[in-house]
Amino acid sequence: MALPGTPLRKRRKIMPILEVGVLVALLLVPLVTNDFHTIIASRMLLLAILAISFDLCWGYSGIMTFGQALFFGMAGYVSALLANKAGFVQIWGIVPVSMAVGLVSAFLIGWFLLLGRRTPTIIFVALGTLTASYAAERLVAGWQWIGAANGISVWDFLKVGPYEIEPGPTFYYIILGFLIACYVASRWIVRSQFGLVLAGMRQNEERLAFFGYRVQRFKALVFSFAGMITGLAGGLYAFHEGFIGPGNLGIVQSTYAVLYGLFGGVGTLLGPVLGVGAIEMIAFNLSDIDELKPYWPVVLGAIMLVVVTYRPTGIMGFLVSTRERIGTFGLIRDAGQDHAKPDDGGSGGTA
Amino acid sequence: MRNRTTGVPVALLEVSGVAKTFGALRALDGVDLSVVSNSFHGLIGPNGSGKSTLLKAIAGDHFADNGRIRFDGRDITTMRPARRSRLGLSLKFQITAVLPELCVYDNVLLALQAHQSIWGLLRSNSRRALHGEISETLDRFQLLDRADDLAGELSHGQQQWLEIAMALTQRPKLLLLDEPTGGMSPEERRATGELLAPIRAHCAMVIVEHDLDFIKEICDRLTVMDNGRILDDGTVEEIERSAKVQEVYTTRV
Repeated sequence: MALPGTPLRKRRKIMPILEVGVLVALLLVPLVTNDFHTIIASRMLLLAILAISFDLCWGYSGIMTFGQALFFGMAGYVSALLANKAGFVQIWGIVPVSMAVGLVSAFLIGWFLLLGRRTPTIIFVALGTLTASYAAERLVAGWQWIGAANGISVWDFLKVGPYEIEPGPTFYYIILGFLIACYVASRWIVRSQFGLVLAGMRQNEERLAFFGYRVQRFKALVFSFAGMITGLAGGLYAFHEGFIGPGNLGIVQSTYAVLYGLFGGVGTLLGPVLGVGAIEMIAFNLSDIDELKPYWPVVLGAIMLVVVTYRPTGIMGFLVSTRERIGTFGLIRDAGQDHAKPDDGGSGGTA
Repeated sequence: MRNRTTGVPVALLEVSGVAKTFGALRALDGVDLSVVSNSFHGLIGPNGSGKSTLLKAIAGDHFADNGRIRFDGRDITTMRPARRSRLGLSLKFQITAVLPELCVYDNVLLALQAHQSIWGLLRSNSRRALHGEISETLDRFQLLDRADDLAGELSHGQQQWLEIAMALTQRPKLLLLDEPTGGMSPEERRATGELLAPIRAHCAMVIVEHDLDFIKEICDRLTVMDNGRILDDGTVEEIERSAKVQEVYTTRV
């Protein structure tokens, strides 16, 4: 018998085409627009990492996280403090520190919420993460040493060796590089045999436990990893925007992560990236029209409601079949050949 | 497994005095059950007699209020299902619990890779090694040509077989089957019996079943339950002659 997936591969696959398309489009952005738009696009790429982390949690592991911005904001604060209080702005230090902050804080919260004696419900986890995010926002907003409600302005630029990186095309490509790295790593996880466990968990958690899987450990691991990449995005965000404030780790930002994911289509990784693009562009254009300015959040909310009600699979639901969305698991290696086949995407074109 | 000094078979599963109440209902009322290695043990009785509750208490789906359950020499009374599974206890659910949105092949892979390390799963390093065993299992259960279809698209009987196949791939020492032939045609029942017979070589089984012909065919011993208690226990012939069982079955079924 042929390995499974062989017949599937003969069917036309849309995902790789979309991935390459998005990658090419993202590579072209600084070349076809001005610096102003490139800077806005850079910001969207950072939010895309946040959205991917939400997708890993909800779309792939069934963890309803309403507090994903907590890790984003915490890493942002830590790197802002490193810049302002210690004068440290080197990218080789900022990136690992941001990732570590995200990883450790997500691990601690994941441990508390997921690894208790009793199996946590979706609602418990949703409320737990929401509360954590809200509490952090209130705490930070009242803490003078870190700027309280005014947040922290970061005046220094991020540095690669002696070179300062100002927001613009260079910074854009650096961020794009990190986004691709996060995407490829996430894709590797969800398309592995580990990803198969996650797929099974989403359908019937109890059944998986009877197989002998320690379901909550898988969840805690994914949650920690998601926290880590969120931290990376948050650390860069503080430098890119030159600012980090309580709003960046609060429930509004966390809710946006949920919106990006649901709008774009969870369980696809690419969907949330498209979701960020779509929502941020709608918001950007709507808020430009003066008559609509006060109403655009309402318009956004209405669009969101329609999507969630009538199209729970989001934008990706229009583009990719259910069967392809579920996909196959575990890269099939040819005997004697160590390379993963590129059509499973582990090393191929991804964005 | 035999006791070295006496030569008497040692029970693989020993349930003693297990009780379970749900509110005012005494679902299990001091049940004893003993299953030896490589034997097929049938559990019969009227609806609501506590068969499925007993099976779930053994699998760990809920915990017994009272009494002890020993499996393979260890007390498992308060162990979680995942731990029990790792010791070699496998449960096939009454309502088929295949994962409908995964393909048939991936369902079996999921069952088969359950005891791999997380790092190994991330690297997908057992994918190729397990392929032969998955194909073999699917072939044995006549599902090979459906390997790439979603499990939810299979017929009811085929889903039952897939469930059994998944339970068996875990190489259990004891397999708990809750109504394996539920909703099957007579044809499929016969086929199921044929599929189960060879596994006796490496695995004991406890079967809850309504189809008495099926269970008489396949089991070595029967335990009859009624109202959360054991009514009688013995070989198939003994049970067929038992006056107590006759009474329950003729008056109430």
